[in-house]
Amino acid sequence: MPNCLECDASIVLDEKVEIGEIVDCQDCGTEYEVRAIDPQQIDYAPKEEEDWGE
Amino acid sequence: MRLGILCSIVRTEEKLIFEAFRGLGVKFDRIDDRGLILDLDSRNYPWDIVLERAVNHSRALHTLKILNDRGITTVNSWNVANTCGDKVLTSNALVTHNVPTPRTLIAYTPESALKAIDQLGYPVVLKPAVGSWGRLIARVNDRHAAEALLEHKQRLGSYHHSIFYIQEYVPKGNRDIRAFVVGDETICAIYRHSDHWITNTARGGHATNCPVTDELHSICLAASLAVGGGVLAVDVFESGQGLLVNEVNYTMEFRNSISVTGVPIHERIAAYTLGVGEAKATATL
Repeated sequence: MPNCLECDASIVLDEKVEIGEIVDCQDCGTEYEVRAIDPQQIDYAPKEEEDWGE
Repeated sequence: MRLGILCSIVRTEEKLIFEAFRGLGVKFDRIDDRGLILDLDSRNYPWDIVLERAVNHSRALHTLKILNDRGITTVNSWNVANTCGDKVLTSNALVTHNVPTPRTLIAYTPESALKAIDQLGYPVVLKPAVGSWGRLIARVNDRHAAEALLEHKQRLGSYHHSIFYIQEYVPKGNRDIRAFVVGDETICAIYRHSDHWITNTARGGHATNCPVTDELHSICLAASLAVGGGVLAVDVFESGQGLLVNEVNYTMEFRNSISVTGVPIHERIAAYTLGVGEAKATATL
C-alpha cells in the first residue's frame, strides 16, 4: 500500500483500480496517478494543462 | 472488432467506460497518448474503431485526424472534435445550421473587440476559443472592465487569447441544462444549478434531473447534427427567447449525471461505439 508523498497517510486503492487512474489522498487531498498495480505505485497526478477539458 | 480507447489519465468516466466494455465481454486496447507514437507512413494501425477519451484537446485532435485519414473510424470523428473544441467553430456551425444560440461576435484585435463589445451591449461574456471547465471565462459588465480584460488577454501571450470570442450574456436564473446526445437520441439531461453565473459542475454547480422534452431533444439533436453528430454533451440556456444552445462538448464528462438521471451513460457510450464499429464492418463486407 503506497503512502502519500505529502502527509505520509496510507493511500488505499480500490481492488478495481486502473493504471492511470487519478486518486486522492483521503487525509490531505493530494492527487495521485496510479502508475502500477502489482506492486502498487503512485506518483503525483499531472497538473491541469491549458487544453485539458471535455 | 479491434477496439482502442484513447486516453491518458483515467478519470471516473474512463473507468466506467472500461467497465461497460468489460461487462459486454469486449476486449480493448488502452491507447495512452503520453506513450503514443503515430507513424505517418504506416497504414497498419491495430484498431478498427477508436473511442476518444483524451483529456488533452490538442492530442485528441491530431490523433483523430491521423486515424481518420487512415480509414479508422473514431467516436467522435476528427471533424466533430475540431468543431466542438473551438468555440468559434462551434458557434459558426450552430448559426449556419439555424440552431438557436446566443448572439456571438468574433474579433482579432483589442480595438475591434472593444467595438464589438460596445455593439453587443453590456454585459457580455468573453471566452477563450479553446478551453473548457469554465477556465478564463469572464463576464464583462462595463467598458472599464472590458478595457482591462482585453489588455490582460493580449498580455497572456498565447495566440488563442488574441482571438476574441464575445458572446451575449444570457440571463438564465440559477441554472442551465446539460443534455447528453448519443447518436440520434437525447439519452438524458441535467439541470446545473449554481448561485454563480458559471454553472459548470467542475466549478461547483450541482446537478438535478432534467426531463428530456420534445423541445429539448429537438434542439439538442439539431445541435449534434450541426457539429457532425456522435457522443456529445449539449449545454442549453433557458432564455426569454426559448432554448439556446451555448456549447457542445465532444469528450463529455458525466460522473455527476448518472445517479441523478438514472441513465447509465457509460453503457450507452459503449453500446453506441460498438454499433458504429459493427456498421462499419458490415459496410466493408
